[in-house]
Amino acid sequence: MNRIAGNTAEQSADPTQLTRMTVNGETVEREVSVRMLLSDFLRHELGLTGTHVGCEHGVCGACTVMINGRSGRSCLTFAVQADGADIRTIESVADENGDLHTLQEAFRDCHALQCGYCTPGMIMNILSHLEADDEIDLSDEGIRELLSGNLCRCTGYANIIKAVRQAADTGNWNRT
Amino acid sequence: MSTRMFGAPVKRNADSKFLKGEGAFVDDIPLPGVKHAAFVRSPFARAHIKSIDTSAAAAHPGVLAVYTCDNIGPLDIEMPLLIPHESMTDARTQRPLARNDVYYVGQTVAMVVAVDRYVAEDAALLIEVDYEPLDVELDLEAAVRDGAPLVHATHPNNVAADFNQICGDPSAGYAEAEHVTRIQIQVDRSTSAAMECRAVAARFDPITGELIVWDTTQAPISVRGGLASILQLDEDKVRVVAPDVGGGFGQKVLLFYPDELLVPYAAMQLGSPVKYIEDRRENFIGSSQERTQIHMIQLHAKKNGEVVALKDFFLHDTGAFIPYGIAVAQVASTSIAGPYRIPNIEVRFQAVYTPTVPVTPYRGCGRPQSCFAIERAMDQLAEDLGLDRFEVRRRNLITENQFPYVREGLLFADGLRVSLDSGQYHKALDMVHDSIGADDFPAQQEAARAEGKYLGLGLAYYVEGTGLGPYEGGHIKIHPITGKVYVNTGLSGQGQGHETVFAQIVADQLGVAVEDVILTEGDTGAYDWGVATFASRAAVVSGNAIYKTARIVRGQTITAAANMLEADPEQIELRDGAAWIIGGNRNVPLAAVATATNPLRYAFNDAAQAATQFAPASRHDGPPLDEGQHPGLEATDYYSPECATWAYGVHGAIVEVDPDTCSVKIRKYVCIHDCGNMINPVIVDGQVMGGLAQGFGGALMERIEYDADGNPTNANFVDFLIPYATEIPDVDIQHLETPSPLNPLGVKGVGEAGCIAVGATVASGVADALSSLGGHKFHHTPITPSMIFDAINPS
Repeated sequence: MNRIAGNTAEQSADPTQLTRMTVNGETVEREVSVRMLLSDFLRHELGLTGTHVGCEHGVCGACTVMINGRSGRSCLTFAVQADGADIRTIESVADENGDLHTLQEAFRDCHALQCGYCTPGMIMNILSHLEADDEIDLSDEGIRELLSGNLCRCTGYANIIKAVRQAADTGNWNRT
Repeated sequence: MSTRMFGAPVKRNADSKFLKGEGAFVDDIPLPGVKHAAFVRSPFARAHIKSIDTSAAAAHPGVLAVYTCDNIGPLDIEMPLLIPHESMTDARTQRPLARNDVYYVGQTVAMVVAVDRYVAEDAALLIEVDYEPLDVELDLEAAVRDGAPLVHATHPNNVAADFNQICGDPSAGYAEAEHVTRIQIQVDRSTSAAMECRAVAARFDPITGELIVWDTTQAPISVRGGLASILQLDEDKVRVVAPDVGGGFGQKVLLFYPDELLVPYAAMQLGSPVKYIEDRRENFIGSSQERTQIHMIQLHAKKNGEVVALKDFFLHDTGAFIPYGIAVAQVASTSIAGPYRIPNIEVRFQAVYTPTVPVTPYRGCGRPQSCFAIERAMDQLAEDLGLDRFEVRRRNLITENQFPYVREGLLFADGLRVSLDSGQYHKALDMVHDSIGADDFPAQQEAARAEGKYLGLGLAYYVEGTGLGPYEGGHIKIHPITGKVYVNTGLSGQGQGHETVFAQIVADQLGVAVEDVILTEGDTGAYDWGVATFASRAAVVSGNAIYKTARIVRGQTITAAANMLEADPEQIELRDGAAWIIGGNRNVPLAAVATATNPLRYAFNDAAQAATQFAPASRHDGPPLDEGQHPGLEATDYYSPECATWAYGVHGAIVEVDPDTCSVKIRKYVCIHDCGNMINPVIVDGQVMGGLAQGFGGALMERIEYDADGNPTNANFVDFLIPYATEIPDVDIQHLETPSPLNPLGVKGVGEAGCIAVGATVASGVADALSSLGGHKFHHTPITPSMIFDAINPS
C-alpha cells in the first residue's frame, strides 16, 4: 500500500479543557477540544448517537437535546459551554426496560416518523415543553408553533401533530 | 393469523429503535480509529486550474493524506454514464477530483484525510488552488443561444441531448383543431434536502481482503458493482451496506458521488477506516438537484374543448454533467399528456448543460414539471374557450373502458412503452369537485372579494408511471429455531416502511405475525441481486417478487407440514406461526417444520426435538435429501414488470392571497389519490402527505438561487426555505383503489405521488384568486411574494 503522507499524528493539536457535565443522570468528565461541538461530544465522545446532526447551523433542530431542562441546539453549543450543565438526550426517554415513553408510543401509534432522523430532536423538543410548567396550546396552530423549530422532510408533519395531541391527552401534563 | 394483513393499517416494525435513538445511520456506526475526510471545492462556476499546492496541508499536524487527481490511481477517470441514450453524444460526467477544469461551484478538487473532521477542514483551507475563471451563462434560455459561453467545449449551444418523440399523427391533429392554446411555463430548481446529508464510511480488512462500505445510498447493489469494477476487485470482496438512511428522495441514488469512490480508496490506501460526513452546505453545492425546465406547450383543440393534439418543446437544465442520462427529461416528456386521451403528441426537449450542481432525479423526476405544463395549459384552454375548468378536463379524460391506454411511439424512462393500465379518472375528478366544494365556490369567491379578500380555487390532475423494472428479487427463509421469517430484497429503505409492508405481504402467506417477519435489505452481504430504490418501485417490483417467493415457501411449508401431520396438503392451513389441520387442534409450529425439512445429524435444540415427534417432512426413498430438493423452507424468486403501472390523482385547493403581504394561505386542500391496492393505508397516507409537503415547498418557497457568476446564494437552511409545520396546511387525502392488472398484488407505486400536482394546483388557485386584478397567469413556480406583488401591481 502506498501511503501518501508521512504525517501520522493521532490526534489534533487543539487545546483542550477539562469539562464535566451530567448526561442522562450520569456525571461525565472529559478533556475536550475547546471547539468541539456538544453534538459531536455527545455522539462521538460519549457514543450517544441518537442525537442527530442535520444542518450544523441551528435551523433543522435534529440535534435538539435538553440543556438544564430546556430544549437546545447541541450543534450550536460547544461542549465546554455545557460544563456543569444537566444534559438529557433521546437515550434517556424510554424506561429502563426499553419500554417506550408515552410520547414515543404516540409517535408510533400515529405513524409520526418515517426515516427517523429528525425524530430524536422532535421528541426532545416536544418533551421539554410537555415537562415544563408552561401551559401548552393544543390547538392545531399551537402544536404547529411548538414544532416550528424542527424540520421534517418525510412526514409533512400531519401525523406528528396527531402524536403530540395524543401524548398530551394521555400524559399528565399542563395544557390548555 | 386469520385477519388479512395486506391492506391493514399495522404499525411499523422499525419505529421503536428510531424513537429510542437506536437507529444506525452511517455516522452512528462506531469505527475505532476512523479517520475523517474533507474536501476542497471549486469556488468558481467555470475555471481552469493552473496549479494546486498541497504542501502546507500535508504538513499540517494530524493530516494523514491529501489527494488530488494526480494521486488517486484508477479513480482519475470520468465517472460512469449510468443510462446511455441515443439522444446524447459524448455525454459528460464528472471526475472524482477535478483535472484541469472545474464546472460548478462545489465541484471536488482535493480531499484531505485527517484524525478528525475539525483538522481535516483546517487542512483543506491550507490547499492553494490557482484558478483562471472563465465566462459563464446561468440563464437557461440564453445558454442555448449562439455565442453563449460553453460549459463543455465539446457541446455547442450547451446542448447535452436533443430528443423528439411522436405519438399518433400530430400534423393531422393540428389541421383538425379549431383553437390553439399556447403558454410558456417554468419550474425552478429545488433539492431533496433529506434531513440526513450524504455520508460514506469504509474499512478494508487486509486479512480477508474485504472492503466494507457504509453508504447513505439508495442503490447499494449498484454501488457495489461499480466500486468493484473501478477498483478491479471481485464483487464478493466488496460489501456495500446502506444502513438506516435519513431520507433519500432521489438524491442518494446517483452513483457515483466522488466521496463514494474516494473514501473506500483512502481506506484501502491508509489501512485505516475513513469516513466522510457531508455537511448541509456541501449537500447544497455538491449533491445533485432537479427541477428547472421551461416548457412551451400548445394544446390544439376543438371548440368543445376536446384536445386533438399536443405540442411541447422544453429546455431541461441538467447542470454541469449528465451522469443519469436523460431520465428526468424523458419522464417529463412521456408524462406530458397527463390523464387525457390526446391522441396526437409531439414532444421534444433539449437537455442543457449549465455551470451548476448536476441534475439527477429528485422525488417527482420531471413529473411536477410536465404536470405543471399540461395543467396550467388546460386551465388556459378552459379560459380561452369559456369552459369550466372541471368540464374541460372531464371532456378529455381517458374513460374506464379505454384501459389499457397506449401512447404508441412514446418510450418511458425504462425504455418500455407508455401504457396507462387502469384508473377511474372521471370518478376521481368528481370526488375532488365535490370535496373542494366547487359548486358553492363562485359565490364564496364573490362574497370574499366584496370584503377585499382574494380566494381562488386551484385544480390539477396528474398521472405517474411507477414501478419501473428491470426487476427485483425476494429471498425468504423460515428460521428453524424461532420460526421467524427472514426476508431479503435488493432495495434499501430511507423511511418508507419497507420492513412493514413487505412483512404484511409475507405474513398473509405464511400465517405469521407481521413483527415476526424480519426484512434485511440494503446490504450486499445479505442479498445482492436487484437494482435500487427509486421511481416509486419498491411496492410494485420488490413487493411482487416477495409475494411470489412467499407463495413458494408457503407451498413448501404446507407440503412438509402435511407429511409431518400425515394429512393431505388441502387439509393444512397456516396461522399463528404454525401449520394446522383445518378444523382441528393438531398443529406443528413453523420452527419445527423448518427444522424437519433440514435433515440433521444432531437434535441440538427444542425445535429439532419437537420435529422428531412428527412423521418425516419429506416422503421419498433414498438419501435424506431427494434429488433436486434443498434443505429448509427457503426460496428466491423474482418479479420483472412488463411495463410501468400508472398511478394518478387529482388535487383541489382553496387558496387565499393576502394582497398586503403578498402571501398565500391554503384554506382547504383535497388530494384524491389512487395507487391501486394499498398494502398499508397508514403508510400510503404518510407517503402522500410527505410528498405533498415537498410539493408545498416547491410551490411557494423552495428555489436554489445562483447569481450571474454561478455562485449559489442560498446554500443553507436559513436562506433556502423548506417548510416547517407552520407552513403545511391540513390536507384531506382520499383514496380510490383501482387495482393494477399488471401484477399479482394489483399495486402501483406511491413514493412520489404527493409532490407532483401541488405546484400546478397552487398556481391554479392563486391565478383564480387574482383573476380580477389584471389576470396574471402564474406560470412559474415557486410563486414568490414578488410575483404576487407584480401581479397585483402591473407596471
